[in-house]
Amino acid sequence: MAQPPKLPPYARFLGISAEAGEDGPLFHLPFAVSVMGRPHFLHGGAIAGLLEIAALGTVLERLRDEPGVSIKPINVTVDYMRGGRERETFAAATILRLGTRIANVEAFAWQEDRDKLIASARMTLMVRRPKATGEG
Amino acid sequence: MAENTPGTFDPVAATRMVTSLGHNAAIGARYVAHGADWMELAIDYREDLVGDTTTGVLASGPIITLMDMATSMAIWVRRGALAPQATLDLRVDYLRAATPGRSVVGRGECYRLTRRVAFVRGMAHDGDPEDPIAHVAGTFMMTDAA
Repeated sequence: MAQPPKLPPYARFLGISAEAGEDGPLFHLPFAVSVMGRPHFLHGGAIAGLLEIAALGTVLERLRDEPGVSIKPINVTVDYMRGGRERETFAAATILRLGTRIANVEAFAWQEDRDKLIASARMTLMVRRPKATGEG
Repeated sequence: MAENTPGTFDPVAATRMVTSLGHNAAIGARYVAHGADWMELAIDYREDLVGDTTTGVLASGPIITLMDMATSMAIWVRRGALAPQATLDLRVDYLRAATPGRSVVGRGECYRLTRRVAFVRGMAHDGDPEDPIAHVAGTFMMTDAA
């Protein structure tokens, strides 16, 4: 079983934790006032933050065996489908393509039912490998 | 509660209200400036908002939160009223990494407002508006529209 990814300070600030799953890491965000937007709802920015952490963490997990590799976001598009309520939120990401220089990732967030997404994000990431060759 | 009558919207008071608690308060968002259809807010650099400890660069999440808030408040500014609305989608292009230690200013603009949908765009910079760190585009839905 793979280890859960190491999370950056911003993920700890949000209160995110990660656990290893069968198809990649699963991310949890407990509800707290510090992630609330309008009263009783999760802030869209916190949802976007969770989706980005899921996308980045899932790619980093896949690249775990490549020393010196780093990734950074080029862009993100977040779609909000339902309001996030005062309960725990989950997120996971699917790597659509992992190239030499570019990774295309989709991340999903849900609460009580994985089939009822509250938001999704599509992210394009730049992958930096110590000795990158070829086209990404 | 900020005034809800058209034409009497006070962006400074509204910012004070929406940054008084919750996630906006947690990232330390504050008022900078506003115009007829735009709103400028800022966050200060903080180590607990860092996304990469090897570089000390701010995570992109706080910048999205800042831009979500600046663009949504730009709609209130343009309408002249604080009305309920929900973000439909938001795209952010990260033009370059924010410089560690610098505050980030986010400017949101509502460039088209219909009865049900507001179209927004904006940019974020860390000192020089001519050298932005991010561009955003998005849409909001008016949740009180019939």
